[in-house]
Amino acid sequence: MDADLSESLRQAVAEATDSGTPLTIVGSGSKTFYGRPSSDSVVGTAGHAGVLRYEPTELVLTVRCGTRLSDIESVLAECGQMLPFEPPHLGENATLGGTLACGFSGPRRPFAGSARDCMLGCRILNGKGEMLSFGGEVMKNVAGFDISRLMVGAMGTLGVILEASLKVSPKPERELTVCFERSIEEALNTMNLWCSQPWPLSGLAYDGSRIYARLSGSDRAVDAVYRKFGGDVCAEGDEFWRDLREQRHEFFRADGNLWRISLAPATPALDLPGTWFYDWGGALRWLKTGAPSENVFRAAEAAGGHASLFRGRSGDGRVFQPLPNGLKALHASLKRAFDPMGLFNPARLYEDL
Amino acid sequence: MTYRVHPSERIAHRVDRNHFLCLLSEHIERGRLLFDTEDLRPYECDGLSAYRELPWIVALPETIEEVQAVVRLCREHGVPVVARGAGTGLSGGALPIANGVLLSLAKFNRIIEIDRANRTARVQPGVRNLAISEAAAPYGLYYAPDPSSQIACTIGGNVAENSGGVHCLKYGLTVHNVLQVRVVTMDGELVVLGGSGYDSPGYDLLALITGSEGLLGVIVEITVKLLPIPPCAQVLLASFDSVEEAGGAVAAIIGAGLLPAGLEMMDNITIRVVEDFVHAGYPTGAAAIVLCEFDGIAEQVESDLLKAREIFRAEGATEVRQSTSEAERKTFWAGRKAAFPAAGRISPDYYCMDGTIPRKRLPEVLRRISELSAQYGLVVGNVFHAGDGNLHPLILYDANNPGELERVEELGGKILEACVEVGGTITGEHGVGIEKINQMCVQFRAAELAQFHSVKAAFDPAGLLNPGKAIPTLHRCAEFGAMHVHRGQIAHPDLERF
Repeated sequence: MDADLSESLRQAVAEATDSGTPLTIVGSGSKTFYGRPSSDSVVGTAGHAGVLRYEPTELVLTVRCGTRLSDIESVLAECGQMLPFEPPHLGENATLGGTLACGFSGPRRPFAGSARDCMLGCRILNGKGEMLSFGGEVMKNVAGFDISRLMVGAMGTLGVILEASLKVSPKPERELTVCFERSIEEALNTMNLWCSQPWPLSGLAYDGSRIYARLSGSDRAVDAVYRKFGGDVCAEGDEFWRDLREQRHEFFRADGNLWRISLAPATPALDLPGTWFYDWGGALRWLKTGAPSENVFRAAEAAGGHASLFRGRSGDGRVFQPLPNGLKALHASLKRAFDPMGLFNPARLYEDL
Repeated sequence: MTYRVHPSERIAHRVDRNHFLCLLSEHIERGRLLFDTEDLRPYECDGLSAYRELPWIVALPETIEEVQAVVRLCREHGVPVVARGAGTGLSGGALPIANGVLLSLAKFNRIIEIDRANRTARVQPGVRNLAISEAAAPYGLYYAPDPSSQIACTIGGNVAENSGGVHCLKYGLTVHNVLQVRVVTMDGELVVLGGSGYDSPGYDLLALITGSEGLLGVIVEITVKLLPIPPCAQVLLASFDSVEEAGGAVAAIIGAGLLPAGLEMMDNITIRVVEDFVHAGYPTGAAAIVLCEFDGIAEQVESDLLKAREIFRAEGATEVRQSTSEAERKTFWAGRKAAFPAAGRISPDYYCMDGTIPRKRLPEVLRRISELSAQYGLVVGNVFHAGDGNLHPLILYDANNPGELERVEELGGKILEACVEVGGTITGEHGVGIEKINQMCVQFRAAELAQFHSVKAAFDPAGLLNPGKAIPTLHRCAEFGAMHVHRGQIAHPDLERF
């Protein structure tokens, strides 16, 4: 099923440039729920798939954007490696391209880095239909602006990611999840205290009554740490993190608006109505609420963070935290720098991008 | 020096210096505006001291408002601006512009806040890298990236260059350890990039500005991530009879799922130079040594060391030593850290290169370097951040010999082109600056350079911020390419030229 569709994708973009037709970039379509709606003609990237290069001893993987995350993970697992950012798939056929464009990272993020942290290089199509390469397949590279990382989380508005090179990491020999009953105030304090101590943590979440801590390392190290760390061993630890990552945990099984709020981890609980779930040691907070968007955005901003409406419907069409004017202007000029005709995923991120 | 401002990179203006000083002095007191040749002299170069240029004016602002005022005046009058931290950069990124303002951020030297609960430090750009870790130490925390100049280099410069260090493989570069920056843009606006958490809305401008070499804005405040100090660290020193075996051992370590905090390699020339200087007990007969450090909780370090020792033996190490005390660990590292000063001791001058290559190509790149070294009649030692493929060839020379520096530059250029040829890059952590600006024409095609220029223009339409650095104009590349063809030495006939 591997195929190189870069030339036909380039043609599709070139034709769109000629006719001025906006394009919606779609991989498997697993994340169409995310962001503002977009209903232009579709350019599909799912067929542009395949692992191009994988060097386990270099910790570098280069794949085409349509490659399924699950395929990448099996290739890596054969060599005892993984994607450090533990990406949420949110769909069976989720592709790497879509994951990078959305900039999604899973529970391991505070301890092992985010999707953009792992990004080493990419090949893209810009809005002029030019095929461009940035970064590379090496860990350290400061030649030119870091366009590769800029692509992560840009929701496809700056270009079509054709290929990406990622830093991968060894899978820990062993992982153990332990639980502790705590109130919310205690939980935030405890999780942040642990993070300031050298525990080999790789996941830290709070479901409203229990802290879940994942310890990673060699067999010996995990055993030794557990003796000092304590807690109740969670027999279904792996399932817990997978369900959290994939939003299959029962917290996520509800209709209505689901907000994603990103804050400094020790920020006290926000005064917003609804139900909360804390990941990333408190730095990522999921909120189910019927509160008006305006209130959520305002509360997140007042706490020094930002909110996005992950799933659901907002009264005013806003999904992502509104940007201050200075930043808004920079976003607009950067968009023009990559996509002067405004072809890619118009308004998916912000109304005017 | 052969470096010249390319005509296409020159920003012309007819502003009178005294007039501009008057305008500046409405915002900054006279004492913090320098213009006498004598006062300008200390700013004429950065760590790449072979290139020198006196700035037009040096401004030493103390507040963000003053930075904004300087930048606004520069924009209004079309005057170029170069921001400078401690001036330890190795690629000439802070080289002044003859008709431009050098904006020194030396007075921005305050640690504003250590936020213990959130494990962050909010600091001004002129704070030294090591000072952050020192301030965080009472809380059991530290700032991970540790460029070898960390005693002197500033965090502002680290962000501008996306600096690395010996611990990058495990702890990442500057870009992985910065959470937020406040930036004065060329129109004098103050913008906040990044967030107080682990991400921010919209485009990842924080990633974009990191490593942008002062071309996109002036960084006036930085929030960095702090990590818990590892309770235990131990290092192995493995000796090898060939560079190939040493390279193989490094690959085997990574392939076995180990993640060393530091993984460094030195060739025989460097081992001998260094041993003579610091007496670290290095085996001077070895073709290469590998330093491999693990840190973390004691039990983890012990299991990693055990695995690593076995791997080194299996890969043909003639000797594997393990540090038995903190003092010995420091001695093992002392040699590596002294590689540059040691070179300075045996040679009047040395030139430090900075390429990155896929690690498995190391033996052939080293062979190529040794051929080039013979061809140019210049001694080259190699230190290698083996974990992340970052190679630092050290060319020894004497600038007093007429024409020698030019030969060094040419040799350096060839080495970088050899890095690109094997799929690597011309700079791993030192930046392009002016030093590698010609090699950017080898690394990137015209359309990619044009894309960089559009990004630059999105932030700085008049091109006043650090002009002539980091991103070459297409005119420069056309001439550089033509020059190579003329000499019949074009390295990559397959690459598009323009």
